[in-house]
Amino acid sequence: MATQPLITDPVTASPASWGAPLAALREFVVDAVDEATHGSRAYHLWMATLTLIMCCGAYAYSTQLSTGLAVTGMHDHVSWGLYISNFTFLVGVAAAAVVLVLPTYVLHDVAFKKAVLIGEAMAVAAVVMAIGFVVVDVGGPARLWHVTPMIGVFNWPQSLLAWDIVVLNVYLIINVTVPFYILFSHYRNREPDPRFYVPAMLMSILWAVSLHLVTAFLFAGLAARPHWNNALMGPRFLATAFTAGPALMILVLQVISKQTAYKIRTETIAKMALVVTVAAQITVVMTISEMFKEFYFPTHHSMSSQYLFFGLDGHHALRPWIWTAIGIIVLATAILSIHKLRRNPWTLNVACVLLFIGILIEKGLGTVVPGFIPENWGKIHEYVPTSTELVVSAGIWAGGAFLFTILAKVGVAVELGQIRVSPANSGPGDRA
Amino acid sequence: MRVNQSIDDLVQIQPAPPPGDASRNPVEQLLGLQVDRRTAVAMAGTALAAGAGLLNAAFNPFGTAESKEKAKLEWAEFFQGNFRLMSSDEKQDTVRRLERLYEMESGKSIRVSADGPRERVLYGYAFNVSRCEGYMDCVRACVQENNQDRSSNMAYIRIHEHEKGEINFEHASDDFYHQVPAAGHFYIGTQCYHCQNPPCTKVCPTQATWMEPDGIVVVDYNWCIGCRYCMAACPYDARRFNWSDPSVPEEELNPNQHYLGNRMRKKGVVEKCTFCIQRSRNGKSPACVEACPTGARIFGNLLDPDSEIRWVLANKKVFRLKEDLGTEPKLWYFMD
Ligand code: SF4
Ligand code: SF4
Repeated sequence: MATQPLITDPVTASPASWGAPLAALREFVVDAVDEATHGSRAYHLWMATLTLIMCCGAYAYSTQLSTGLAVTGMHDHVSWGLYISNFTFLVGVAAAAVVLVLPTYVLHDVAFKKAVLIGEAMAVAAVVMAIGFVVVDVGGPARLWHVTPMIGVFNWPQSLLAWDIVVLNVYLIINVTVPFYILFSHYRNREPDPRFYVPAMLMSILWAVSLHLVTAFLFAGLAARPHWNNALMGPRFLATAFTAGPALMILVLQVISKQTAYKIRTETIAKMALVVTVAAQITVVMTISEMFKEFYFPTHHSMSSQYLFFGLDGHHALRPWIWTAIGIIVLATAILSIHKLRRNPWTLNVACVLLFIGILIEKGLGTVVPGFIPENWGKIHEYVPTSTELVVSAGIWAGGAFLFTILAKVGVAVELGQIRVSPANSGPGDRA
Repeated sequence: MRVNQSIDDLVQIQPAPPPGDASRNPVEQLLGLQVDRRTAVAMAGTALAAGAGLLNAAFNPFGTAESKEKAKLEWAEFFQGNFRLMSSDEKQDTVRRLERLYEMESGKSIRVSADGPRERVLYGYAFNVSRCEGYMDCVRACVQENNQDRSSNMAYIRIHEHEKGEINFEHASDDFYHQVPAAGHFYIGTQCYHCQNPPCTKVCPTQATWMEPDGIVVVDYNWCIGCRYCMAACPYDARRFNWSDPSVPEEELNPNQHYLGNRMRKKGVVEKCTFCIQRSRNGKSPACVEACPTGARIFGNLLDPDSEIRWVLANKKVFRLKEDLGTEPKLWYFMD
């Protein structure tokens, strides 16, 4: 806890005004690392398991790097698979933080105030995972500097992938800086300045919606793939995002409530459950409307749905998956639609788990993969992910969980006042 | 926002700097490369990921002069810019580098051309459905001419065997092993149509693929990041991906190459038909046109009123596939 300022700018600031925050920052980093590396046995076991999975993933990825993407189940006909499916799903999870941000900062609903930090941590982890899935999917990760704005050649505004790179990174920056600012202020026993964080949060709401819309447009813009080329793609992505994301959050918030002294109000959970319910109901309606269009009078453009739901020419690898997904989404929606069952924590949790899994399947195997089947000239080449793909994906998920755990643990410790700046570094104007 | 790279933004090989030239940054001093600030940032940022081994080879005091040269060339290749935005000098440097690298690797020499489009030329193609008998000589010639990966049986051209009575690709087979022409069947070939309104180039996040002024849709294999968005966007299954390191037996390699055409690809990049750019820009027809024993394939300059392709368009009842998508293919089908 040195008081010596790290850097001082002699022109714009006196050592006193910059030195204290910098010293506090240094102390914060030390405290945060300390917090992240200490915990109960269960905590260490959890982190060790995640590390192990990440190592397996890294090893699998190294074989993919040296051999090429041939180690995956993808081929020239199904050229995107599990990685892009996960990417699509995780973008939705990231966007779902808005469900907490909106009521907290716009509607000033105090019930959400405590949960919002956790939601933002989840958004950060989800965006990092989504970026990870793109990185493992490209053939030349070393050449990714070609898509860095200002350094490479960025095909903006033509390419929706270029848009996605922008919205993902800006969303990540907002969701890192604002919560950091709030936490750091609390750490220094100060009130964060709403003039700074409220506009930023409002922007994050806009960004969350565009994040998921842009990702949907990335698919919907391709006339070559009739399965994706429909106007419902964007709204449907939003509906599933606001189902799966908050469902996951409900589960995580309960775990945090149990494991730490950071108690989330049951009122928060109840309100989120309502959001999940409405989003799930909309999802079901949209699914029905899509199926009606595909099957009332099937055309060549319905071939992918035909293959997905019923199989085509004896190929039906996705059929069991999609029916499972639809079955559990409908079941969970039914559970949530009954007030009594939604208010019962047990049935609520079951419904949330079901929705999370159901939408994970539906977004990946039900949306991305069938877009490629049958291929452009009507032939069916199926896709089955390989073990390498599964292990790499598991590694990224473990990495996300690892990151989230650290962020949430440090955040909770600050909010509970367990780690705070030492008086020596608290600087002038300290009210504590 | 698209960033236009100016000429000096791109890495150029320069003579080694005079010793003790303190004004250049350390990367430049070590490598003898002329780099600007932006390139230096890119270099520093990616050096760990890609260049550690190369650097090691370049500065290894025990390395041979050749291994050092090779490392330098590979380093320069890694940081080269988008081909389309290069000056003609840079294009020359780039292809010379490729030739030298190949020579060092295999001991054989190749010629890589960077020839630009010819004046007043727009290439077009026509396919005579009545003539094609499914011999697949075009497919073989294409694979050979374009140095396509033999290990994965890559082929740009597909021949679909249709049963007489309908044109329905869903019912046709592109995977037949029997004597041709089979009774009661006819054949249609598909490949890249070099769409005049290509969806594939529009979606590329890095502009690694584009349409040249002579209408050929090309890929810069060094600039492509391998995201495969273009494959999803193409409605005609025209693009192929190198899922692993492509291989061509040494004795079968076609040494007459073009940077945007049949030069050797690396793993993790997309490739496609280029109307044999290494031939067409030399005034020759693509290999498939020459190989076809029935004369079903016609190629020429759409801007030349006396060309055979213009005659076909004027005198035959031509059609194109998936016209409803508005891609404006420059490959027409017709029947005698
Ligand atoms: S056929 Fe496909 S790859 Fe060729 S130009 Fe058209 S869209 Fe692009
Ligand atoms: S795979 Fe290559 S050429 Fe195709 S869109 Fe991606 S970067 Fe562009």
